[in-house]
Amino acid sequence: MSWLLAHNVALVLLIPAASVGVLAALPDYRVSAAVNVIASLLTLVAAASLFAARPAADAYFLVDDLNVVFVVLSSFVGFTTSIFSASYIGHELETGRLTPAYLRFYHAMYQTMMFGMNLALLVNNIGLMWVAIELATLATVLMVGIYRTHEALEAAWKYFILASVGIAFALFGTILVYMSALPIVGEGLQGMTWTTLVAHVRIFDPALLSVAFVFLFLGYGTKVGLAPLHAWLPDAHAEGPTPISAVLSGLLLNVALYAILRFKMLMALNSDTISPGPLMVVMGLVSLIFAAFMLYRRRDIKRLFAYSSIEHMGIIVFAFGMGGPFANFAGLLQMTMHSLTKSAIFFTVGHVAQVKGTQKIAEIRGLTVTHPLLGFALLLGVLAIAGVPPLGIFMSEFLVVSSTFARAPWLAIALVFGLLIAFGALLLRVQGFAFGEPTGSTAPVRASYVPIFAHMALVAGAGIYLPPMLVAWFQHVAAMLG
Amino acid sequence: MHGLNFDVAHLLAGSLVLVSFMMLYQDRLYALLNVFALHAVVLSASVAWQAYIHDAPHLYITAAIALLFKAIVIPIALHRMIVRLGIHREIEAVGSIGPTMLAGIGLVGLSMAVMLRVTADSDLLAREDLAFALAVLLLGLLIMVTRRNAVSQVVGFMSLENGLVLAATGARGMPLVVEISVAFSVLIAFIVIGIFLFRIRERFDTVDVQALDRFRGERR
Repeated sequence: MSWLLAHNVALVLLIPAASVGVLAALPDYRVSAAVNVIASLLTLVAAASLFAARPAADAYFLVDDLNVVFVVLSSFVGFTTSIFSASYIGHELETGRLTPAYLRFYHAMYQTMMFGMNLALLVNNIGLMWVAIELATLATVLMVGIYRTHEALEAAWKYFILASVGIAFALFGTILVYMSALPIVGEGLQGMTWTTLVAHVRIFDPALLSVAFVFLFLGYGTKVGLAPLHAWLPDAHAEGPTPISAVLSGLLLNVALYAILRFKMLMALNSDTISPGPLMVVMGLVSLIFAAFMLYRRRDIKRLFAYSSIEHMGIIVFAFGMGGPFANFAGLLQMTMHSLTKSAIFFTVGHVAQVKGTQKIAEIRGLTVTHPLLGFALLLGVLAIAGVPPLGIFMSEFLVVSSTFARAPWLAIALVFGLLIAFGALLLRVQGFAFGEPTGSTAPVRASYVPIFAHMALVAGAGIYLPPMLVAWFQHVAAMLG
Repeated sequence: MHGLNFDVAHLLAGSLVLVSFMMLYQDRLYALLNVFALHAVVLSASVAWQAYIHDAPHLYITAAIALLFKAIVIPIALHRMIVRLGIHREIEAVGSIGPTMLAGIGLVGLSMAVMLRVTADSDLLAREDLAFALAVLLLGLLIMVTRRNAVSQVVGFMSLENGLVLAATGARGMPLVVEISVAFSVLIAFIVIGIFLFRIRERFDTVDVQALDRFRGERR
């Protein structure tokens, strides 16, 4: 136990890194799916132990209250997704959409992505963080294209090009931050270390830092999927394997958001820079309202929920843009709830699409009749994501709206408008999925219900009762975010 | 204060912007690749000169990577790919050359106006480098948006990365880790793109991205 606590940061990174090699070498897909689950579980255990003990910040790693939340959330969703993935790929293999050789590659890339994300979250260096996010992105690009259909290739290509342009802007912003630190902290690694930057940012050149933030926000904002930089997101979600849609929505968007939040904290310490708030509020609101309207025109079930992810990232960025302890708390809660709910929805949608053999909304009807458990899980998921009380997302959205009403009523009206539009679209669609004349196959499905219902139980539970420990933790992080 | 060191560095960084402009109006793939190779050579010279005047020997590695990898290996490989794909004919630019060049001039003006203003306190060479780097980056973006061909989009992307390398070397003492990572990401990018191009060929018989757009996931 004490050994675990002493090495938990290293373990969070080493377990995925080591399993990449193992998974690339294992020929049998059943064994590698099991190894994938075990590795994800061990990573989760190591990540959870960060709550109990954490090393002091050194030149390479920084563990504080903020990134522990992100690391634990992503290892948890990574673990549940690996369980879902094990049953999902079995079906893909049977239908011949994937071959065992591709599965080897798929599992290795899955852990590469987990490694990249955990590294990005834990590292104490803005340059290394950039490298890690790039690594995670490339791994997902390869997985999005894994089916090699027309649509999958187009989606992967679009994702790759847009993500690369975004990541190029982010690197330019990173270089500008280093340049602004150069006269004060000197040359070398110091100028890229978070803790050093935070300690000295008060006397950095504000103009240079402001321009840097604009580039960083646009760059990492592309990966968060903010409109109008979102074009890659629906394609990548719809055409890749569904476990990847779940981790894209549940995790990778959060990691990019984490980068933006870190830089926002940096900016907040230097009073002469531009304020990041208005920029984030505007982009968040635009994404929310745009995605809400786009929800009505979707014909593909995975695209529908991809646009819903854009909508929710919009709400989250909006909340963090408003700032202050109340709105930040709401943003953190919304992010957690969205990750859990959206990945549960994608697990369900993955099984639904497999059993019905289609992703077209028009061809999926009457699920509660043909597959009651899946149908009601999807219904519950959509109700949760639309923000029906008393589920978790209702609570976090309520907090966002009420904190906004107190400070900027006009913005709150726009926010509520967007939420209602999205609410209408999702309810309209879910009626079709869940009820109505049953269509398609009624064959029984071997679904992994445990991850779906574990996530939904957490979301439903959080809507009714939040443990005081969690509340205190989030309040502290919200205060840190300023 | 304007010694020879500064003048040469300025000349090289400025030439990089100029070569970016040359790439804007190349409407044949071979010519585009050749100009890209020139772009990489100029970048390499610029980085090597920075290494010399700042006495930062690790930058020579970056310069060598730029020269070997970007100026020789990639253009040759893409050249072969073009031959094998049989697409060595004209590439269509979306706009005509005039408006594209005007847009390019506008972008260069923008990057000068922004970067020179905000870096007033930095040393002169770093300011110039950052301004030129942003110009190269934006021109690379412009190349990418005006092209419809996957190969020329890749070339545009690599010229954009060249701008990033120029910026990274202009920032004095920037840790090596980042430079290698830039070079490395280009390598990975190339492999990824290479795989994609071949897969596109395998599936579509064309590398025209416009043909890809027809395969929207949301056909009715």
